[in-house]
Amino acid sequence: MKQLVAIIICTAALVVGLPSSAWAMPEFTLRIKEHKFTPTVLHIPANTKVRLIIKNLDATPEEFESEELHREKVIQGHGQGVVFIGPLAPGTYSFIGEFHEATARGQIVVK
Amino acid sequence: MFSTAILVFREVLEAALIIGLVAVASRELASRFKWISIGIGSGILGAILIAMMADVINNAAAGMGQELLNAMILLAAVIMLGWHNIWMKKHGRELAVHARQLGQAVSDGQQPMYALTILVGLAVLREGAEVVLFLYSMVVSGTPAGQIASGGAAGLAVGVAFGAGLYFGLLRIPMRYLFRFTSILLLMLSAGLAAQAAGFLVQANVINVMTSTLWDTSWLVSERSVPGNILHALVGYIANPMGIQLLFYLATISIIGSLMWLVDRPGQVRMVKPAPSLPS
Repeated sequence: MKQLVAIIICTAALVVGLPSSAWAMPEFTLRIKEHKFTPTVLHIPANTKVRLIIKNLDATPEEFESEELHREKVIQGHGQGVVFIGPLAPGTYSFIGEFHEATARGQIVVK
Repeated sequence: MFSTAILVFREVLEAALIIGLVAVASRELASRFKWISIGIGSGILGAILIAMMADVINNAAAGMGQELLNAMILLAAVIMLGWHNIWMKKHGRELAVHARQLGQAVSDGQQPMYALTILVGLAVLREGAEVVLFLYSMVVSGTPAGQIASGGAAGLAVGVAFGAGLYFGLLRIPMRYLFRFTSILLLMLSAGLAAQAAGFLVQANVINVMTSTLWDTSWLVSERSVPGNILHALVGYIANPMGIQLLFYLATISIIGSLMWLVDRPGQVRMVKPAPSLPS
């Protein structure tokens, strides 16, 4: 079953084809520790697509979520995930860790 | 406990509203609750499976497995809804007349409940997987089991109450308007799911066009509020949609809507094959 799902997903990815531009973009890292994000405020360039690597140092899964950025992604405990962001207009965009909303909060400042 | 209840409620609400709507849309089928229960049961099993395989899914497709799986689940739900709506448009009227003549409820095999059962399963699967991961997260971080259980139960109960409210509320609409009303709601629901799928395809970096936000009405109705959640679930409300999401929304309405119109015209070439009979 695991393999079946993996095969289906891989096939779908091959069919749609992930653009190669994904590999040449600026990279940023966000860490989750004790249900808090570091850095709390992340600066990224305007009108540029960036690769955000989210590393979860906690044992618990967390969901990175931002309504303003149209992003939601579960990051496994002691795992990591990639979220592409942008190109964005200058401004401030907030995000939360939905599973620990009280403490897991941050902002992305675009300029 | 309160935060557990709120998160569980938010996830349950969307699935509960879809199930309430499905129960109304299939009201002429005597065995509908059996089919809906099968959908809910398999959805819960699937949600647990997905949560258990979260690692495999996340690492698939160059780290974009989660996004692509979400998009596929949503698009499959759109197809099920479209199939149901088109089939009902073609056969609904004759079914109602036939049932009235015979003075009985429509029996198994005369309405394709498979489509709606799969839809219910997919809705429960999508929302349920997140609930399972969240509850697991609570357990790992040492939240007392009693608090998790009571919070989860409270969230579930309130969510289900909203679904039941929608069901009984819609049943108060006179029969002759109800069919039209539910098919419009199901059409908008499918368009909303398509718009959500577009969002995941953008997130997966598969779609790179029309990603700018068109407007922002979160000051009026936030998607995180209860009214925002209900509108999101039923008519696909997005406070700040991207262009591509509006395009997916309108394209879904146009495609399914025009197929419904085509099959409804008497004497025209029938576009849709009747569904296979269900074993009784």
